[in-house]
Amino acid sequence: MDNREFLLRRLHSLLGIIPIGLFLTQHLIVNHFATQGVEAFNNASHFMANLPFVIFLEIFVIYLPIMYHAFYGVYIAFTSKNNPGHYSYLRNLLFVAQRYTGVFLVVFIAWHVFETRFQVAIGNAAEADFNMMANILDNPWMLAFYIVGVLTATFHLSNGLWSFLVTWGITQSEKAQRYSTYFTLLVFLVLSVIGIRALLAFV
Amino acid sequence: MGEAAKTVIFEIERRDSTEKESYFEKFELPYRPNMNVISALMEIRRNPVNMEGKKTTPVNWDMNCLEEVCGACSMIINGKARQSCTALVDQLEQPIRLQPMKTFPVVRDLVVDRSRMFDSLKKVKAWVPIDGTHDLGEGPRMPERKRQWAYELSKCMTCGVCLEACPNVNDKSDFIGAAPLSQVRLMNAHPTGAMNRDERLNAIMGEGGLASCGNSQNCVESCPKGIPLTTSIAALNRETTVQMFRNFFGSDHAV
Repeated sequence: MDNREFLLRRLHSLLGIIPIGLFLTQHLIVNHFATQGVEAFNNASHFMANLPFVIFLEIFVIYLPIMYHAFYGVYIAFTSKNNPGHYSYLRNLLFVAQRYTGVFLVVFIAWHVFETRFQVAIGNAAEADFNMMANILDNPWMLAFYIVGVLTATFHLSNGLWSFLVTWGITQSEKAQRYSTYFTLLVFLVLSVIGIRALLAFV
Repeated sequence: MGEAAKTVIFEIERRDSTEKESYFEKFELPYRPNMNVISALMEIRRNPVNMEGKKTTPVNWDMNCLEEVCGACSMIINGKARQSCTALVDQLEQPIRLQPMKTFPVVRDLVVDRSRMFDSLKKVKAWVPIDGTHDLGEGPRMPERKRQWAYELSKCMTCGVCLEACPNVNDKSDFIGAAPLSQVRLMNAHPTGAMNRDERLNAIMGEGGLASCGNSQNCVESCPKGIPLTTSIAALNRETTVQMFRNFFGSDHAV
């Protein structure tokens, strides 16, 4: 098809927000139960892990969209020729950061899934519970890795939300795009606070 | 006149032909008030002697209008793409570094071949078709305020600065860049041009079209004519979103 690239790029933009962005938000909010104690987190985690048809939810809402977004995203990242040195405008710096955080997130998410969900799947752990995360985050290097992981994820989502609004023609004028920069900055701050608070609750 | 004569130092990336390796050559010229990069290049052409005092070949560059409306003299000056005719020596840090816009094939020294931009304009049908087998008469009227708005878009001189500044226009991608995209918005805004709007939208929905934009927005920051290129791109994003559904489901508003 002639406009294949157009459709693939639009799909990439859409999947980043729906469902991946929604999933990330939900994930960080559920994690936030950790601030209310071990039992609150375990109940929430147990509820999520035992949703009806959970494997289909995981496949169609998480695994497939995220894999498409990751692989096509890496292709996009490596076809750009970044030039933040001479053209150090805010949007260009964010453009470069979007690509670096994206590539980092492929590594972080792969490691995170391997350490948690995959261990449950192969029977090394009964459930991804509070203790599992507390053990992982006991290591200060791991804690740092996770903090960076959460911040890159919230940044990538917020900045991706900004370009989603442009890509679908929702924010058009300079003013609309400036206001959506403020809005997505707020999204970044709120999600980051939620994510970091949850991480620190495991320590 | 007690002080030593002021000079200007240029560092120019040169290349003898498309296949040859590039090299830098320095020139030192006497300062003249209000000189611009082009007048300096003319001075080098008059007396092609480099900083080591060796005679060399004159530096090649492109120019035409000398008043920033033709776009021919674009080059990279101290790292940023711009027109050399409006680059005043007094406002530049020295040594002044001149490089060709390597997003385009370099012909020789600072001369590049911008043909791909003109090919892109053909690809996106950036014209208003008015030919018929008989006199078609006057076209529909255009509101004056819309004309004034569209005039800003028509200032594009195909200079190539927006393509040079764009991180997504490179040898790994076939992205056509901001300039031809904005021309689609201009031609679609024209009452007669709008009769073929779907053809242009479908053209930019093809390979290397609108979707390859990564929103770095360097184009709008760099455009010497201040054309709202990113607004054009976002507006076309909205139009193509609708066009995408029209293509798929069919529509009474296909045109």
